[in-house]
Parts: sequence; structure tokens; C-alpha cells
Amino acid sequence: MLKDITLGQYYPSDSILHKLDPRVKFIGTLVFIIALFLVRGPVGYAFATAVLAALILLSRVPVKFMLKGMKAILLILIVTMLFNMLLTPGEPLFSFWILTVTKEGLVTAVRMALRLIYLVIGSSIMTLTTTPNQLTDGMEALFSPLKKLHVPVHEIAMMMSIALRFIPILMEETDKIMKAQIARGADFESGNFIRRIKNMIPLLVPLFVSAFRRANDLAMAMEARCYHGGEGRTQMKPLIYAGRDRTAYFLIVLFLAGAVVLGILGL
Amino acid sequence: MGIIRAVKLAFDYIKYGEDDAGSEKVRALDQVDLDVEKGQFIAILGHNGSGKSTLAKHINALLVPTEGSMWVDGIDTSSEEELWHIRQKAGMVFQNPDNQIIGTVVEEDVGFGPENIGVPTPEIWRRVEDALDRVGMLAHRSKSPNKLSGGQKQRVAIAGVVAMRPECIVLDEPTAMLDPNGRKDVIQTVRELNEKEGVTAILITHYMEEVIFADRVIVMDQGRVVMQGTPREIFSRVEELKALRLDVPQVTELAYELKKAGVPLADGILTREELVEALCSLN
Repeated sequence: MLKDITLGQYYPSDSILHKLDPRVKFIGTLVFIIALFLVRGPVGYAFATAVLAALILLSRVPVKFMLKGMKAILLILIVTMLFNMLLTPGEPLFSFWILTVTKEGLVTAVRMALRLIYLVIGSSIMTLTTTPNQLTDGMEALFSPLKKLHVPVHEIAMMMSIALRFIPILMEETDKIMKAQIARGADFESGNFIRRIKNMIPLLVPLFVSAFRRANDLAMAMEARCYHGGEGRTQMKPLIYAGRDRTAYFLIVLFLAGAVVLGILGL
Repeated sequence: MGIIRAVKLAFDYIKYGEDDAGSEKVRALDQVDLDVEKGQFIAILGHNGSGKSTLAKHINALLVPTEGSMWVDGIDTSSEEELWHIRQKAGMVFQNPDNQIIGTVVEEDVGFGPENIGVPTPEIWRRVEDALDRVGMLAHRSKSPNKLSGGQKQRVAIAGVVAMRPECIVLDEPTAMLDPNGRKDVIQTVRELNEKEGVTAILITHYMEEVIFADRVIVMDQGRVVMQGTPREIFSRVEELKALRLDVPQVTELAYELKKAGVPLADGILTREELVEALCSLN
């Protein structure tokens, strides 16, 4: 059961998107999301759809993986669509019982749905083509100006990458403890919700104890290897922009400009 | 003066009782004198709570002596400014392989130490490659550490220390959580580093078989050094070791029992070959 959870849904491949600098991908995703809220009309959405399709093709990730993320937002999607359809005032399209679907409602509902779906696909293109580590590095580099405001950017990035390293280990440990407790008669499956939560205690207590022990060990090991924060630290894999990254930035600016124009024209 | 020198080293830690029952000082190390020459292979033995890990942490300045002093390559470990210098000179490998690997990729983990001491990027790559090659893990450089066996992880941890170009490596029970194969690989790696590169090795262990290659064995009990000498000297004192709740290598034990039963054998036989030879030359 615990094996099914995979974090950072990276899909290994060597497409051009995989090779891009994580900073470019991060900013590109951000721009794409902003653009989704700028465009209104059918031409605008056609433009966004074309760009998204091109990105999917470039990423060489099977579409199946992109759609996986849909499952998580299905409920939100249905609820937003329903509310928009039923509660937007305007020209009634058809009605049954006390519910009336308006024309304006239908348009808004479709627009919202498209926005949500594109948003999820757009961000999963980033997570599918970037390893969690690259993502952390990229974020650290992008947010490093915040260091001047005493935001511990390096420390946060280090914590994130350590968390990523320890998730599979703690997962395995949870599995082990679970089996050990089941062997001693613990019951994790039956009973109502509250009972089940209560039954988790014999799992959580040893897990936390061991997590703290690991944290302590790791801190000592890091100190033993001269870790003393981000100051005076060099990087083994520093992020350096290549030609393709500059091209990508240029395309992102172009895309943003296109979206702004379409948004203003209301097409 | 040797690379590691301790003079009248003592360390107290404070043990807090349960339910605020007050605290008491516990002396973990007491009057420890140590002098290790550069390039030596030292083994430290002792049962749980004998202070051997505490001593190891002093070499890396993770702990600072309460009394007495400790020098690593002529630097006093209690001087705060030299802290990172000391830790670079004396690398440390811990018991649990999972809890000391920081990187999510093998090569990134090995690069962690050099990154911390500010080595320029191209030099880090050279060092990482070189270190991984020396521990025989170059083929696994782009794997996730989670996919490696315990022995492999421990060799990655050793590479992480080697990449910092230390004078000395302290290994705190590096094989305690490994299977026999992993154990052999790790010890082999440490021996090679010691013999070929002249890196001083300090190995803390429970396994007597790992000790017989050492230049010198130090036996600790209740925070004190109780025996010191070559493996042969130490293992010929079987009775004393047993009194300290320590084992001797199987072969040594067999020779000892044979001798007690009346077979005229020398003291401190360490390897199977030695025993075979000794037994064959009886007639």
C-alpha cells in the first residue's frame, strides 16, 4: 500500500524540456499560469491549447502521465462547473425542477474547467521533466535575492532536498513498523474512522522516535563533513544558462506578449 | 608528534534523570592518552559504553574535551577558529549508512564535503571521480543511494570523506549493520586507503576479525584505555579480554583452547594459515 506513493513524479527521458535549466521551466510555468488568467475568448484558449500541445510533444512524456494529475482535481472540477453553470445569472438556456442553466453560466463553467485542467497539465509538465533535486536547486537560485531580506533560502532548499532523500527511507521504515505491530496483534484495518486513527498510535510513536534519531545522526554526519550553512559553499552542479535556455526565455516572453495582446483584444 | 595526540583526555556528559529527578555527571572518558603516527592503522575495541565512540567524536571535534587536550595534526581541537580545518583533516564514517548520506544521487553525496569547504566546481568533479574510483563505486555514480546495498552505501560514505582529502579517517563501527560480504568490502576499502594512500585509519569495531590487520589495537573499558599493543600481543591475553567481555578471533580461541588442553602452541595465533602451520610443525 505504501509502495504506491511516488513523490516527485519525474519521468526520465532526454527531451529538450528535460535538458532545460530548472529556473527557465519554473518561470515558464508561472508565465503559462498567468497567461491562462489573461486570455478570455476562444482564440486565446486556442492559442494556449496549441502551446500546451507543443510542450507535451516536446516533453516526450506519454499523455497518460499528464492525465494522472486530473484524478486529484476531478471533484473540484465537477463542483466548480456545477456552481458556475447553475448560479450565474443571465439568459436561461434550459431548466428542470428548480435548477436553471444559463448561457453565461455555461461559458464561465467551460472557461473555468479549461483553466483548471491546463493549470494542472502545465505544472505537471514541469514536475515530470525536472528531478526534485533540480527543482530545489532552481528555486534556491531564483529566490536567492530574498537572502538580503534574511529569508533562509539556502536552509529551506537544503531541508527540502533532505526531506526528498528521506521519504523513501521513512516509507520503508513505516512498512517495517507496521508489520512488526501487526505481528503483535495491532489492527490497522477495521473499525470506524476515529478508531482507525487511534490505532495508528503504535505506528506513529516509533516512527517519530526513529525519525528524530535519524535527524540527530544526519546532523552530526553533516557537521562532520564541514557543513556550516550556505556561506562559503561552492556547488558541484551550479546552474549555468546555456543557449537553449536563452531561446526558451525569448519564447516565453513572446508567449506572454501574445497572451497579453489576446487578453486586451478579448478574443 | 603524531597526527593524533590526546593527553589526559577526559569527557563528562550530563545525564538527566527521568521526571526531573535531577542530573548527574557521567565520566565517559577518563585519563586517555593516545599517540597515533601518520599512516598507521589503529583499531579500537571495547564493549558498549566503554567510551570508544566518544573518543572517536573527539578526533573530529564533534566533542571537545572537558579536561586534558586533543591535537589533530598539531591543531588543538578546542580552538573554535580551526574547527572546519580539523574536520577536513579528520573525516568520519558512522555506523548507520542511511543516516549519513545527504545527496539523492551518489556523486552528489560525495561532492557534499568538498562543496562545504569551498572547493571550486571543476576540482569537485575531479575529486568525486577520484574518490568513487578508489572505493570501487564509480560505476554507481548516478544511482540513488536508496538502490545500493549497505556495504555499497558505506563505501559511498567513505568516498565522501576521501573527497575531502583527509589525513585521517575515523570509522565508528562502520560494519555493525552490514552483512558479511558488505563487511569484507568495507574493511578491504579501508585497508587499501591506508596502505596505498597512507591515510591514517582509526577503526572502531566489535568484530575481532577486522582487527588482526591493525598496526596497533587499543582496548577500552569504562572510559579508560586498558590494553594497548599489536594484535598479537593483545590476542595472546585471552583471559584478560574475556574479563572485559570481549571476544577473540575464532582461530585464536581455538589455539588457546588447544594450548590449555596440552598442545604446545605459541600465544596469539591470529590467522587460519598460522594455526595450520603451527599444527603441522608439531610432529
